[in-house]
Amino acid sequence: MATQIISAIIVIIVGVGGCVAYFWGANRLLELVFPARGTSGKTAIDNLRRQGFIRPWLFVGPALLILGVYLIYPVVETLRLSFLDRGGQNFVGFDNYLWAIGDREFRISILNNLLWLAVVPAVCTFLGLVIAVLTDRIWWGTIAKSLVFMPLAISFVGASVIWKFIYEYRAADQTQIGLLNAFVTWLGFEPQVWISIPFWNNLFLMVILVWIQTGFAMVILSAALRGIPDETIEAAVIDGANGFQIFWKIMIPQIWGTIAVVWTTITILVLKVFDIVLTMTNGQWNTQVLANLMFDWMFRGGGDFGRGATIAIVIMMAVIPIMIWNIRQANREADGG
Amino acid sequence: MADLHLKGVRKAYGAVEILHGIDLDIRSGEFIVFVGPSGCGKSTLLRTIAGLEDISSGTLEIDGQEVNDVPPSRRGIAMVFQSYALYPHMSVYDNMAFSMKIARASKDEIDRRVRNAAEILQLTEYLDRLPRALSGGQRQRVAIGRAIVRDPKVFLFDEPLSNLDAALRVATRIEIAKLKESMPQTTMIYVTHDQVEAMTLADRIVVLKDGYIEQVGSPMELYRHPGNLFVAQFIGSPAMNIVPATIEQAGPATMVSIAGHGGVTVPVATPAASRGAEISFGVRPEDLVVTSGEDFLFEGTIGYVEQLGEVQLVYVELGRDGVPLVAKMPGSAEVKRRSTIRLTAAPEDLHIFGPDGRAFARARVEGT
Amino acid sequence: MAAKAGRSFFGRWGVHLAVLAIVIVWTLPTMGILVSSLRDRDQIIVSGWWTALAGSEQTEAGRLAGPDAQIERDGRFVIEGLLFEEGDPRRISAFGTRATAPTATEAGVEADLGDGVTLTVEADSRYVMTSPVAFEGRGQRVYFSALSPPRFTTENYETVLLSEGIGRSFVNSLTVTIPATIIPILIAAFAAYALAWMRFPGRAILIAVIIGLLVVPLQMSLIPLLKLYNGVGAFFGVPAKTYLGIWLAHTGFGLPFAIFLLRSYIAGLPREIMESARIDGASDFDIFVRIVLPLSFPVLASFAIFQFLWVWNDLLVAMVFLGTGRDQLVLTGKLNALLGSRGGDWEILTTSAFVTIIVPLIVFFSLQRYFVRGLLAGSVKGG
Repeated sequence: MATQIISAIIVIIVGVGGCVAYFWGANRLLELVFPARGTSGKTAIDNLRRQGFIRPWLFVGPALLILGVYLIYPVVETLRLSFLDRGGQNFVGFDNYLWAIGDREFRISILNNLLWLAVVPAVCTFLGLVIAVLTDRIWWGTIAKSLVFMPLAISFVGASVIWKFIYEYRAADQTQIGLLNAFVTWLGFEPQVWISIPFWNNLFLMVILVWIQTGFAMVILSAALRGIPDETIEAAVIDGANGFQIFWKIMIPQIWGTIAVVWTTITILVLKVFDIVLTMTNGQWNTQVLANLMFDWMFRGGGDFGRGATIAIVIMMAVIPIMIWNIRQANREADGG
Repeated sequence: MADLHLKGVRKAYGAVEILHGIDLDIRSGEFIVFVGPSGCGKSTLLRTIAGLEDISSGTLEIDGQEVNDVPPSRRGIAMVFQSYALYPHMSVYDNMAFSMKIARASKDEIDRRVRNAAEILQLTEYLDRLPRALSGGQRQRVAIGRAIVRDPKVFLFDEPLSNLDAALRVATRIEIAKLKESMPQTTMIYVTHDQVEAMTLADRIVVLKDGYIEQVGSPMELYRHPGNLFVAQFIGSPAMNIVPATIEQAGPATMVSIAGHGGVTVPVATPAASRGAEISFGVRPEDLVVTSGEDFLFEGTIGYVEQLGEVQLVYVELGRDGVPLVAKMPGSAEVKRRSTIRLTAAPEDLHIFGPDGRAFARARVEGT
Repeated sequence: MAAKAGRSFFGRWGVHLAVLAIVIVWTLPTMGILVSSLRDRDQIIVSGWWTALAGSEQTEAGRLAGPDAQIERDGRFVIEGLLFEEGDPRRISAFGTRATAPTATEAGVEADLGDGVTLTVEADSRYVMTSPVAFEGRGQRVYFSALSPPRFTTENYETVLLSEGIGRSFVNSLTVTIPATIIPILIAAFAAYALAWMRFPGRAILIAVIIGLLVVPLQMSLIPLLKLYNGVGAFFGVPAKTYLGIWLAHTGFGLPFAIFLLRSYIAGLPREIMESARIDGASDFDIFVRIVLPLSFPVLASFAIFQFLWVWNDLLVAMVFLGTGRDQLVLTGKLNALLGSRGGDWEILTTSAFVTIIVPLIVFFSLQRYFVRGLLAGSVKGG
């Protein structure tokens, strides 16, 4: 292990150092090729202009290269692969898509993904809003928020272990060591194997994501609530609105934009949910989702890249509206400013 | 040390033209102030001189050399920004030394120049502080110090006093005037929207409006002989009173009749053809005096009085619809609201502006 | 603000109680594995972790000493001894001699076993059995219920770190995470500065592309990149799964957000400072290194935390781009593997899980301010 640590340190230095060396070296080279210092008059000015022309590309170059290789090329390639067979050799037209429509597991995944999309963003946003409102008015709200926020730092796999322990099942005559079954038996009911109950098991998996993501919604919405000008609320109080009316008619309308952002962010996350399903059930008991199904097809029986790519394209299609909306929004901001 | 020549300088952002062909000659060692309302292009003009904005067309010469394409750092200029633009993470010393470090000057040379500038501006004891530990006035001085260290041929100020409170503004204004005195060779160009700063600091004022130069001249020239209605009303506070009038008799001296009032002869030459023209007649509030005689210019009712202490502003309603006439009187003068008042002014303090808003050329001024 | 508005609606105590309940629900799961990881492995499987402080009650069987140990006293045969070894902390609450009634008699009370035979077992496991006739055969079998005091141990940690390979995976995770955090910061910071402050053709399109890439699902990249890596590996005769490969993959996946976050911050720096530096003769490289980088520290920290957590917690990218050998398996992958191979061994799983989440939790709690700031900057505008 000691050698691994040493070699790890070396590769870290080389990797990071290489990056620093590129930027420093490229700039140095530019100044050597087009010297401005030490020369005078027209040459210097021309060289400065040339530097100014080239330098932006030195700065954005590595980013462009990496984005190209790791995101832009793969999007195109995945689209192409979705029309090819399992090895990516022969063109098969829409066969993969037709297969997907006919495949039972794929249909289950779509339904489950829709279920996740319907439940998780809504529950997270709602709980986040409630907690944000409640914690804003107590003195230990910051501590409470930070505890609710904490799961965001935990990996999906870690969270799965945590919740698997909660859902742990022991036969009825044994001591229940899973919190949920202990609670259920304490109430006088039979213990259950929660993650294999059809349909409901999806909800038990969703609980994990809700547990993780509510903190995110809470922090963003809490900031938005604080950003509401006090005057608008004071004016409403003077106008005779009660707490409930103030909340629904004055505060909520002012943070609609933020709610939409939180909702879409969690939606995108839900579409990509993979780790939780993989570690909790690996898609058994009708809990399959698209991201896990895709991973499955990448490696199942040596891997079927055509079908895997097709599933990826289906996930991509779901985020395209959000993507377009985002770009429009950004352009509008750029025009406004 | 350096004179500037602007010839037909235009600046456009896409289809929107901000500067419409500026022609201006600035002499070496002059203190020039660009003044005008917001959006008039004065800051853009300064930034094109600095090289922070490209010139769309026309030429800019500094010290006999065309600098259209020369980057800011090679133009021999230094600039003091409205927000001071101090580098927040550097000490006062490092802020002032930054330009020389970039130029790879020797340590001793940097130290000498920074300490010299700090001495001039009484910043020596603050050299180790970060900008955020300084007061507004001190930050302002650091910004000036940073410019001094560069030993520029042209010193540019972009509304440097507008972030200071009123008292500090007056003090710093005097500091800048002294600084100019101590650097007689350095050309200074100063942008402000405040005509008091312009009047007090400038050798010559350039009045801008909507991307055009309205008038260039010394403060007193602009005050006494505004070239057009805009300058007339922009320079001086309260603004010059303008009332419609008609030319009764043109000639070396012009006889005008003020609508609803009598006639008066103004010692300004007008071409014969302008007889009968509808013109604007102007007189400054501070030039109006009360008269009891029959030779008054205006007769009206006192509508309102603003007592300012050393002076009072008397708003006189002339019995027609329209803007009341403002007269500035000593604070001690007895004025009563609703009473009738007669006002007059010396003939040389009267101004007339043609239908196009331009002043008729004054005999005395012609030739300069 | 909200406090003023809503006080009449919810009672003051109601709010405190509601928040308390929420906080408990949110922290209890994590508490569960923390407590369990510190418990003795035998106790984990017999009692819920929430009873850890109360100790656990267990029914066990034992055998008394045989006839060899009997002595004759006052006309009766007596066997005396201890059920537990000396110093055992367990306490016996009840005992019995039949498996069907293992706790028939309370500790310290004399039980009548018939034929004049009596047995007394004290709480400290001292027993006395007497009989009017000599004992024969094997020692008497007794059942008893023993209460173990709570026992906390760090044994589980020693086990997982040293013999289960978690320690090794920890180093692997660090090897992946540190460069995969620093490299994108450098690359993104330069790009962000260029996109914010330098003028060059195509800038607006680039910004739009990056905002579009923000939401591209990772899944889109996996298959082409896997093919690409295999191809590169085969072509150069090097392994396809390398640390360099995963650093670059994480860099690529983190870049859109990094550039987006850093650009919006850097673009918000005062224009006049940049202009002042330009007048002072600084080139864009000087401005970036000497002015922008130092001033951008808060946003760099925000992104670093994000990327660190994301890479450390990632399972998918590691499973695709890294091998499953000891020298490459990261913590999340190891934990996933343990879930399969050691599914019921909760002392291993909880401890491993805690080792996995402890680093992010430390990072999170110590740098929460930057984390929240980054979250707000990143999502309020973009999403």
